[in-house]
Amino acid sequence: MRRPVLGWGMHDGLVVARRNLLATLRNPELLFFSLIQPVIFVLLFAYVFGGAIPVPGASPEAGASAYREYLMPGIFGQTVAFAAASSTVGIAEDMSKGIIDRFRSLPMKSFAVLFGRTLADAVRLILVLAVLAITGLVVGWRIHNGALLASFAFLLLLLFAYTVAWVGVWIGLYMPNTETAQTAGLLWLFPLTFMSNAFVPLEGMPTWLQTFASWNPLSALVLACRELFGNPTGQLPGQTYPWPLENPIAYTLLSCAVILAIFIPLAARRYRNSTSH
Amino acid sequence: MTASANSANSASSANSAHSASSTNSAISAKGLVKHYGEVKALDGLDLEVPEGTVVGLLGPNGAGKTTAVRILTTLLRPDSGSATVAGFDVVRQADAVRRVIGLTGQYAAVDEYLTGRENLTMVGRLYHLPAGWVADRAQELLERFNLADAADRPVRTYSGGMRRRVDLAASLVAHPRILFLDEPTTGLDPRSRLDLWAVIGDLVREGTTVLLTTQYLEEADRLANDIVVIDHGRVIAHGTSDVLKDQVGGDRLEIVVHDRSQLSQAAAAMSAVSDAAPIVDADTRRVSAPVSGGSTVLVEAVRVLDTAGIEIDDVVLRRPTLDDVFLALTGHVAEEEPPPAPPSRGRGRGRKES
Repeated sequence: MRRPVLGWGMHDGLVVARRNLLATLRNPELLFFSLIQPVIFVLLFAYVFGGAIPVPGASPEAGASAYREYLMPGIFGQTVAFAAASSTVGIAEDMSKGIIDRFRSLPMKSFAVLFGRTLADAVRLILVLAVLAITGLVVGWRIHNGALLASFAFLLLLLFAYTVAWVGVWIGLYMPNTETAQTAGLLWLFPLTFMSNAFVPLEGMPTWLQTFASWNPLSALVLACRELFGNPTGQLPGQTYPWPLENPIAYTLLSCAVILAIFIPLAARRYRNSTSH
Repeated sequence: MTASANSANSASSANSAHSASSTNSAISAKGLVKHYGEVKALDGLDLEVPEGTVVGLLGPNGAGKTTAVRILTTLLRPDSGSATVAGFDVVRQADAVRRVIGLTGQYAAVDEYLTGRENLTMVGRLYHLPAGWVADRAQELLERFNLADAADRPVRTYSGGMRRRVDLAASLVAHPRILFLDEPTTGLDPRSRLDLWAVIGDLVREGTTVLLTTQYLEEADRLANDIVVIDHGRVIAHGTSDVLKDQVGGDRLEIVVHDRSQLSQAAAAMSAVSDAAPIVDADTRRVSAPVSGGSTVLVEAVRVLDTAGIEIDDVVLRRPTLDDVFLALTGHVAEEEPPPAPPSRGRGRGRKES
């Protein structure tokens, strides 16, 4: 057969991605649970915590609704980060089933297994983000800066999702079974999401934590989304912040590029080594 | 002792058979060695499979059959030794090998959430075949394997036999010249087993080269032109099934006496009708002996035992099994190994494979 335009790696990756997406569609329980958790988080934080957390820089009358608008981009960020865990479990599951032997005895590009996994996970997130956006609108979140900037915010979220999926895959390749993959896959995500500005303004944290959180790529992502959506950012006018929080979009793009450049080759090497002994 | 003399003879004949020229070999392996930590799964395995033939690799669990197949299908690298498949080196030209082979392993390598049809088209596209051609081929295979009705249901709803058929169909999508079947009928019901044998027979008639591994002499007998017996990672015998069975001494007559005290009398009675000394197992009250002559011997044995007043619980005329082959070749029975567990892709090196 003629070599396809974008090469066999892309072709095989798309075949594997299609297979992964079909598997998700046929497993509605899994999809349902991956949608329910962020929805519950939105409702929990909006209604239970909403009144208690003041947002710096927002007008006092705005009150709880300011927090809800502040919160939604944080939930978006947290959801895309946590989706990395499903990449970890997904790849661990693939590696422990007979199908991986089928793949390895085929003349397909071996990289396609990882490429298809991360691509499918990112595509699945589009649906999740849509559901989240609707839930947000229901509890009072609004987009103030128009559709173009909002779309760019969603693209940033998807890029970040794709990036952490590769980290998730790399972790999953070290896991001997899906149970340990579940635990390990979630473990690193808690510090990543809670040591950031996703849920609370940084001012309330001790200084050492503020520094870490300021340089956490997730904080930049969430801040970028807040700015693009026109939601309260939790930043005070006239105060200077560390570089990532002054240039959140640039820092998000930069850190995604660096993380991908590190973890894609790491994952590819790990896959090759773990499957040829 | 007879058994060790036999094994010496068969070892030398095995060596000379495998030093034959490999110019026409679909599969050729020389001195394959593979360790898993401390365990030596393959200990210098040699193999020649001429094109268009079926070779059965026969051995108990742990003998090295699956390890050998995994090396030949590029899933594992040998620690030393070399192998070529269709003339391509399995380590240095792995992709070329993958293009011409099909593999059906012990555990069905199919995707549970995809339908039968989707499984086949996915595999076809990963062979880099044109999508339209693949769709037609999938339909053809589904019909051939009686899966057309279930084709558009997820494989997770299929029975064990159906899953195995999808697995076999997937290995045939690209019309492989060489097919590797690793214990393809283990765990299948008799009906499915016969169906699978019929399909394999068809493939062989069409010119496909087949390397088949099995624990059952009957299966190797039925399907293979040539049988290679392996144990502890090396070849211990090689020949057609008739040759092997002659080495074993043909059929065995086995009786179970009712009263343990009559065992020695039973053995004496049996030696009157058998070709060699009977073997007595006091625990199971079993006396067995090699015989020739089919059912006439059976009738005569019963008469002799009856005349001697020996009460028997059971009498059976048995075709040789793998245990008999091993007993004759190695002086011991093929070790009892626990049944293989479903694959867990452990990262450790201490895992022993069969």
